Amino acid sequence: MSGVSTITADDVAVAEVPVSFWTRSRKVGVGFLVAGALAAVIFGALATSETVRFTLSENASGAALKINGTVGAILFGVLAAVAGAVLIAMPGKKWFSWMLGVGVIGLILSFLCWQISAAPAGQNFMPLVNMVRGTFLLAVPLIFGALAGVLCERSGVVNVAIEGQLLMGAFAGALVGTMTGSAWAGLFAAALGGAFVSLLLAVFAIRYLVDQVVMGIVLNLFAVGLTGFLYERLMQTDQQKYNQPPHFGVWEIPLLKDIPVLGPALFRGNIFLYTALILVAVIHVALFRTRWGLRTRSVGEHPTAADTLGVRVLGLRYRNVLLAGVVAGIGGASYTLLLYSFTKNMIGGKGFIALAALIFGRWSPTGALLAALFFGFADQLGTYLSAINSVIPSQFTAMLPYLATIFAVAGLVGRVRAPAADGKPYIKG
Amino acid sequence: MSDNAQEEKRPTLGQLFLQNLWAANTVTVTVLAVVLALVIGAILMIVSDPEVLTTYGYITSRPSDALNSSWTVVSEAYANLFKGAIVNPEAVSAWISGDGAWQPVFAPISETLTYTAPLVFTGLSVALAFRGGLFNIGAQGQATVGVILTALAGFLLPLPPVIHLIVALLAGAVGGAIWGFIPGFLKARTGAHEVINTIMLNYVALYFLSWIIIQGGVHNPERTDAISKPVDSSAQLPRLLGDDLRVHAGILLAVAATWAVAWLLDRSTFGFELRAVGANPDAARTAGISVTATYTMVMVISGALAGLGGANMVIGSTANALTPAVVAQIGFDGILVALLGRVKPWGVALAALLFGALRAGGNTMQSFSGISLELVTVLQALIVIFIAAPALVKAIFRLRAARAARLSTSMAKGW
Repeated sequence: MSGVSTITADDVAVAEVPVSFWTRSRKVGVGFLVAGALAAVIFGALATSETVRFTLSENASGAALKINGTVGAILFGVLAAVAGAVLIAMPGKKWFSWMLGVGVIGLILSFLCWQISAAPAGQNFMPLVNMVRGTFLLAVPLIFGALAGVLCERSGVVNVAIEGQLLMGAFAGALVGTMTGSAWAGLFAAALGGAFVSLLLAVFAIRYLVDQVVMGIVLNLFAVGLTGFLYERLMQTDQQKYNQPPHFGVWEIPLLKDIPVLGPALFRGNIFLYTALILVAVIHVALFRTRWGLRTRSVGEHPTAADTLGVRVLGLRYRNVLLAGVVAGIGGASYTLLLYSFTKNMIGGKGFIALAALIFGRWSPTGALLAALFFGFADQLGTYLSAINSVIPSQFTAMLPYLATIFAVAGLVGRVRAPAADGKPYIKG
Repeated sequence: MSDNAQEEKRPTLGQLFLQNLWAANTVTVTVLAVVLALVIGAILMIVSDPEVLTTYGYITSRPSDALNSSWTVVSEAYANLFKGAIVNPEAVSAWISGDGAWQPVFAPISETLTYTAPLVFTGLSVALAFRGGLFNIGAQGQATVGVILTALAGFLLPLPPVIHLIVALLAGAVGGAIWGFIPGFLKARTGAHEVINTIMLNYVALYFLSWIIIQGGVHNPERTDAISKPVDSSAQLPRLLGDDLRVHAGILLAVAATWAVAWLLDRSTFGFELRAVGANPDAARTAGISVTATYTMVMVISGALAGLGGANMVIGSTANALTPAVVAQIGFDGILVALLGRVKPWGVALAALLFGALRAGGNTMQSFSGISLELVTVLQALIVIFIAAPALVKAIFRLRAARAARLSTSMAKGW
């Protein structure tokens, strides 16, 4: 049997698959090179020579970062192209995420220079405080929803029911908040409402082995129907008694609130914003640094192995799915316990953007946060562009999160991979 | 002697029937699922009615009040559901006695069939993809693109009557096919999961619809709200029972489509390949079937079916112009219909009929009992939840184990 052990180093080298020149890094580099060059030419040509001002306040006044529109559009386009060139010349993991960031930001800034310089006279400015605050506020429900997805899917249960969990949270928060007159009671009820949808998902997916995607879709419809039905029966007939929820106010954080731009945008926020940011950190640490996190991930990747080592697979899945419902329910409450009262189907697809953020963020809490912020920015940008009468229709900026996710999933910006056992019911045997 | 013994052992037809009736077969589980859903719906009606609830406050002293008021609310609502979906006895007696016309007698059926037609298409769309191993959640988006192209063809192209209708239908099918091709191609080429991509494309289509409605040449200049020009009458599906009843030729197309999909699945080479890929892609590849080509083709056909469903929404009788809500929920309902129909073509058609009936009856229930149409959505979701978990229904009603093992709709694929 000596033949087996006579593989020499040369044999191994021959057997090795040759690495293609077109690595992912180089492909992305070419993309940025082309897009950056196009941006420099097209946006540069369309931009006017008005001075573009990014003001550090909520309006046109105060200090501002200034640049000539045409110059800015060309400059930032070239910057993106340079980032692409760096990626082609020096492919490697070390530079990749930095250059990716520079490329994306360059393209966005080039685009903004065109848009802002072409705005009606007197509106050639972008109030950064508004933009940052809007981005975070619009991202809040997405962060909660995506975190609910992380908790579920990391332990191997696909959560398409985020939309339903948010909706049920919003409804329960409004109903109980109004009936008790206490926002805190509403918040508690919202968590229970989200957990109720989660409970159904858990029982049917884990106990009755119903396909999890199917169950998620059905639960979304169920939540829309149930809240819509009760809305018409209760809330519409007696608005005062059932649908005038108390609202949480603004909580300012001393010292931090005085930081320029970030202070007024972030640290004069509300309970939901702070909770979302804290939850991201907590879940990130818990998932990657604690025993619970290791068990959750192992159950999501290889439940049989986890079971062999004494982890209670089904128990852990139940617990995490319920926890996800609580998180999403609180996120839903941010709709009704902050600004508005409940209206029918008020989540309107945000749950699916949260799902997109989860996938775009590669099933990690911090990734989900960044993706949610990116989607929140796209949303805020749409509002801003329609305010300055842009030629870009707001419907197209609204499509951005969905298109970005398709690109990500198709592997054009690096492959995203779900936990291995995501969606597969575990049958002990 | 031995003949006699054998005959004694063989159960009579009646016994067989009773045995099967209480076994967990498809029909029994479906019926019981509907019953369970109706019971939960009744509970919802009772707990959401403040007047009825007050009678429960003194249920220990006068239980009859609580029971009577509950019964009144529930029975009235479900009676109206029945009247709106199948037949209204008052209209029948009026017709027989000569006081009424024949139209009101058939109006409920006409409404049911009107709502059934698009659901058959979207249900078939989802079911066909299911059989090919793909979960098409994008029927909604495919129907949306279908409805856009159908409507555009319907009011932009000046064509003679019959040809115009055919072109409009084809436009819908092509629109849906394009929207189905994208996730199918991405799945085949890059392995990108079709569930994620179809969900995302649903919303892209929705925003595209809301954008195109307000463009010049599409938007109705006589209106300020978001509504397109109306589709020419030459492109509209003819009504079957005169102008008073809404049932239109879409239901005939739906039956034809059901037959075609059944033929495609069970009798054609492509159908065999599709089922082989759906059952086990690796084995199919080993057998020489191109899995990637099959995935793409399945999604194209599936999308075309959903697109036709969308076409029904704008050249049928429910609407004749594009609005942001013109597609309603037919894509998502199609998923429920496909599951309820056990992803078999004729099963899907029957399931669509049930959902169409619930929807038509729901309208009547809303106008005459004041019970929100949303209850119908709840009922539909509950029915499918129970269908999807036959073990639960079995446990509740203590059914015997099923002989047929085809109850499970689980695909259990994950992302």
